[in-house]
Order: sequence, then structure tokens, then C-alpha cells
Amino acid sequence: MTIPLEHYLVLGALLFAISVVGIFMNRKNLIVLLMAIELMLLAVNMNFVAFAHALGDLGGQVFVFFILTVAAAESAIGLAILVALFRNLSSIHVDDLGRLKG
Amino acid sequence: MNLPVILFWFYGIVLIAAALAVVLVRNPVHAALFLVLSFFSAAALWLLLYAEFLALTLVLVYVGAVMVLFLFVVMMLDINLDRLRQGFWRNLPLALAVGVLMAAEMVTLLLRNVTGGGGPAPGPDYSNTRALGEVIYTDYVFPFEVAAVILLVAIVAAIALTLRTRKETKYQDPAEQLSARPGDRLRIVKMAPETTITREAPKGEGAE
Repeated sequence: MTIPLEHYLVLGALLFAISVVGIFMNRKNLIVLLMAIELMLLAVNMNFVAFAHALGDLGGQVFVFFILTVAAAESAIGLAILVALFRNLSSIHVDDLGRLKG
Repeated sequence: MNLPVILFWFYGIVLIAAALAVVLVRNPVHAALFLVLSFFSAAALWLLLYAEFLALTLVLVYVGAVMVLFLFVVMMLDINLDRLRQGFWRNLPLALAVGVLMAAEMVTLLLRNVTGGGGPAPGPDYSNTRALGEVIYTDYVFPFEVAAVILLVAIVAAIALTLRTRKETKYQDPAEQLSARPGDRLRIVKMAPETTITREAPKGEGAE
């Protein structure tokens, strides 16, 4: 008995919903916001891998490869921006970051 | 219930619990560690889907590099946790409503419309890494190189954002070095030829 495709898809959906809840709950904390985005990308990757296996098409796995690349770049730049922000403001509170509001 | 099904439920439950802990736990360091746990569980689930290369890549790239980066940053910053947690539970009703609605929509849609077997298990001499490599270096070679460029841009951007130049740093300016001419460095002074000066012998102790 193999695990059906929809089990993995439901797992990915639950993971995505959890990370959306995380974005709503941690609106003030920039670090946990970045982590919730990583979780979202993980949920998407889960769907891709499950479909790649179910359809027997390796294109899904290749796409996960590229998503991992872009996610690594995104988190590196995001954390660099976070460090630069913290140097200038001594805070990562989202409410303190309204300087561009004019 | 055979072993893959048991493993799927075990790792799935661990994954969901770890993801919940990531978004709910108070300390960002603990959140990062729970994120590591959820990546590990996801890697195990991908192993069940015969995506060995991606599972190992997830562990190496995420747990080895990205999460260490997160931990460095979290521990480097001196965060005022009380202020960040203000009004945390006040957002709960809205967050729960949106989350539950979203999950319910997706789950009902998926359970009603998607049915499929797990796909056939590959043979014993199937190499996931080899198959992926054959696809990447032929059909997807251009996106692969674009991904390399993206990583390069990320490296340059991350360093440029965090680099802090100090005022007393000594550095070379190659343009200035190359444009230097002999006239800037060497100065020829015209002066009269020297004449010998004869000194009179002192009168005191020198006279014998």
C-alpha cells in the first residue's frame, strides 16, 4: 500500500495555512516573518515533489531545485537587510520601520 | 499499515507540530531550531517520495547553511522580546479564521478532485541524482545557469548590504596608481653647485 497523492497535498495545504497563521500572529517580528515565508516555500516544494512522483515527471523535482536556490538567495538578502536595519535603528520591530512613509 | 505509511504519518505529524511551534514559540532561537526540525521531517517525507537528491539538498542547504545563517543573525541581534510579543494573542481570532478557512478550502478541494496513486516505485538500480542531472544539464541548462547568476547576485548583494567601511582603513586605488606619472613622484631641483667650506680651527682645546 503506497501513500496516495492527496495525503501529501493536504499536508502541504496544512503547512501553508500554518505559515499564513504565523504571518498574521507575528506581525511585529521580522525574523519570524522570514521563517514563516520559508515554511510557505517548503509547503509549495512538498506539492511539487508529490506531483513529480505521482506523475512520473522529473520536471517537478527540477523546479524544487530552483525554488531552493531562490529561497536561499532570498533569505540571505533578507537577513542582510535585517542586519543593516538593526545597525541603523537598533530594533527590528515592524512598527519602527515606517521611515519611507514620508 | 506497512512501514512507509507509518513513517508518513509519523513525519507528517512531527512536521505539522514543528511548524506550529515555529510560528507560536516565544524565543526566535527556539523558532529557528523548530524550523530545523520541520525541514528534517520534510526531507524524510521526500525520501518516501523517492526524491533522495532533493531530500539531501534540503538538509545540506537549509539545515546546514540557511538555518545557521538565521541562528547567527538571531543571536547577534539584541532583541527586545516583550515589545515584539505585544498584542501577539490579540491577532489570534483573525489568524485562526483566515488559517482555518484557507486550510478547509484547500483540503476540501483536494480531497474531492484529486485522486491518484502514489506513482510506481522506481526500480532498484534507479539513481535519482543521475536522473536529475541528466534532465538539468540538457533540458533545463539555461534555467540552471540563471540560478547560478541569481546566487552570485545574492552573494554580492548580501556582502554589499552588510559591509561597513571603516574610516581609518588603508586601501589601494588602482586607478590612481595607474595614472601616476614620473612628474608626480620625482622632483628635480635646480641648485648651485656646492663649494667646499673651510672651517677655521677652534682656538681653545684644539690648538697645540
